[in-house]
Amino acid sequence: MKSGSNLERLLERGEFVVTGELGPPKGPDANVVKEKAAMLKDHVDAVNITDNQSATVRMSSIAACKILIDEGLEPTMQMVARDRNRIAMMADLFGATALGIKNMLCLSGDHQIFGNHPEAKNVFDIDSIQMIHMVKTMRDEHKVICEDEIEGEFTMYIGAACNPFADPAWYRPHRLAKKVEAGVDFIQTQCIYDMNRFRAFMKQVVDMGLHEKCKILAGVTPLKSIGMARYMAANVSGIIIPDDMINRLRDAGKGNVAAEGIKILCEQMQELKDIEGVAGIHLMAIEWEHRVPEIMKMAGFLPRPTV
Amino acid sequence: MKEFEPRIIAFCCHYCALAAADVAGKMEFQFPPSVRVIRVLCTGKVEILHLLKALEAGADGVVVIGCKFGECYFREGNYRAQKKVERAKSLLEEVGIEQGRLRFDFVPGPGAKKFAAILSTMTEELKALGPNPLRS
Amino acid sequence: MIVGERKPFSEILSMVEGDSKILILGCGSCVTVCMAGGEEEVKILGSQLRMAFRRNGNNAEVTELVALRQCDDEYLEDTPLIEKVKDADIVISMACGVGVQHASTFFNRVIDDKTIRVVPALNTTFMGANIDVGEWHERCLGCGDCVLEKTGGICPITRCAKSLLNGPCGGSFNGKCEVNKDTDCAWHLIIERLEALGELDNLKKIEMYKDWRPSHSGGPRKTVREDMKI
Repeated sequence: MKSGSNLERLLERGEFVVTGELGPPKGPDANVVKEKAAMLKDHVDAVNITDNQSATVRMSSIAACKILIDEGLEPTMQMVARDRNRIAMMADLFGATALGIKNMLCLSGDHQIFGNHPEAKNVFDIDSIQMIHMVKTMRDEHKVICEDEIEGEFTMYIGAACNPFADPAWYRPHRLAKKVEAGVDFIQTQCIYDMNRFRAFMKQVVDMGLHEKCKILAGVTPLKSIGMARYMAANVSGIIIPDDMINRLRDAGKGNVAAEGIKILCEQMQELKDIEGVAGIHLMAIEWEHRVPEIMKMAGFLPRPTV
Repeated sequence: MKEFEPRIIAFCCHYCALAAADVAGKMEFQFPPSVRVIRVLCTGKVEILHLLKALEAGADGVVVIGCKFGECYFREGNYRAQKKVERAKSLLEEVGIEQGRLRFDFVPGPGAKKFAAILSTMTEELKALGPNPLRS
Repeated sequence: MIVGERKPFSEILSMVEGDSKILILGCGSCVTVCMAGGEEEVKILGSQLRMAFRRNGNNAEVTELVALRQCDDEYLEDTPLIEKVKDADIVISMACGVGVQHASTFFNRVIDDKTIRVVPALNTTFMGANIDVGEWHERCLGCGDCVLEKTGGICPITRCAKSLLNGPCGGSFNGKCEVNKDTDCAWHLIIERLEALGELDNLKKIEMYKDWRPSHSGGPRKTVREDMKI
């Protein structure tokens, strides 16, 4: 066992897992985290806590993770390279283990230009692949980067992201291979809408045998409205939404778009389950946490397995 | 009191505006006598500093008159001149001098009438603006 | 070369408020080439200052001069120049930040009877190349430990907005960077170049943590060539 987390145990047992996501509030109110946590509890196997997502200041990931633990959920702490140097990262990782956090996600992070403090200086001391290597070294060799011994037991189940739709497309599986080589345990992908392109990506991943070396969770996000679909397709890097998906939302007619979005999502989740190499789903409901129970039920993923 | 006659420096392209000035003088397309015509081989050679110095020396207005776009003898001199005039305008604005004192325009080859019209219009506009504030 | 751009006039004007003898000192090197602080720009700033002063009824005197290189004593050791500096209340340097500092230090070393104020007229923007007429792009961050041999001659530290060392982030799209759609994704360029060079294997190796000590993170840097010293 790497950290003995719920997520790790389920994946190792071969269960098809579903992870959720929770964005901490833009303030110190623990109740916001607790309320969102209550909606996700028992409906997903672990919950990603974002780290100043979109470079916008929010409650720290580590603190929100602790609140989740206290509420009886299992968090996955996201950590971006944008805001911390290696010293701060390792310190926070010790703190995370001390607080009972067992999963983490290594990310480069959105550039601060997209957030609410575009004038900030970024860090990017190390990149996401080096971060994976750093955490693995800490866990498996009990050493920090400078090779000083770690006092006590550091454990962590190490995750990272992958965008199958970014360019250059042919290079993406190779970048994933690099993350595997650096020591990643699981991968969560960017939101998938273009299923054909994702299948092509997974075929390459399977041909390279990467799915045997790490667990790949396919990322999905419900389309709440046609406006959101068009906005995401136009403004979020690496998101491709096929026209027929947007047409389905449009044809659903007024008042039925959100329901159709959920229907599309559930169909996607079923399809993803059957793609070779996909070990689970990462459901990013983005401020739709209250609809997660309904989505999970409709998609046929309830009840969740227990460890 | 004598009526204010704006002093205008006109940088004129040899290939179009200068010929137009000649013809205008011979025909009845009158343009104000207070205009000083400076012949340049191409308006592309007019530098930002020439425009600023003319105003610094007390001219009320400066105009650069070149060929129609696409007809520059040196292909792109007039495009360059237009951009330099725009840059000079922003430099003047920083100093608090009206952008209206600077102008870029063009005339077709035998455009005596338009040449006279450009200068007459500019004269009227400068009369409204008043003398170069640097002279007072 | 070092690229700079002139500060807004109002900012420069506020630096010389109350001074009656102003010397504008251009630099004949990098900033002349990037058209920010050479002879032409010195004259333009001089013209602007004189016009602004005259408008405000200010009788300040503006003198214009250019030193071939403000970052080197050799080009500042010029008696007429030093006399003009001595005579001025303030020196507006149109050099890059290096030139401004060096000229300031130099003048204050060679002039005993007063302290010389040297202020900047430019913002020093980056080390870059001339890409097109009137266009310069950043190319080097001066990190002190060049990796260009591994990246096909394209610098990821400078040209990737996140200084990533192990390939493009998820924001690379159609060869462009998500931070600015007009900017090429450095890693896209690197991959294309390595492919052409037949060096794609470079991409498979994990580039380990960078030692930032040779960069500015290690504090102000200096280079000493002992063989050149007596």
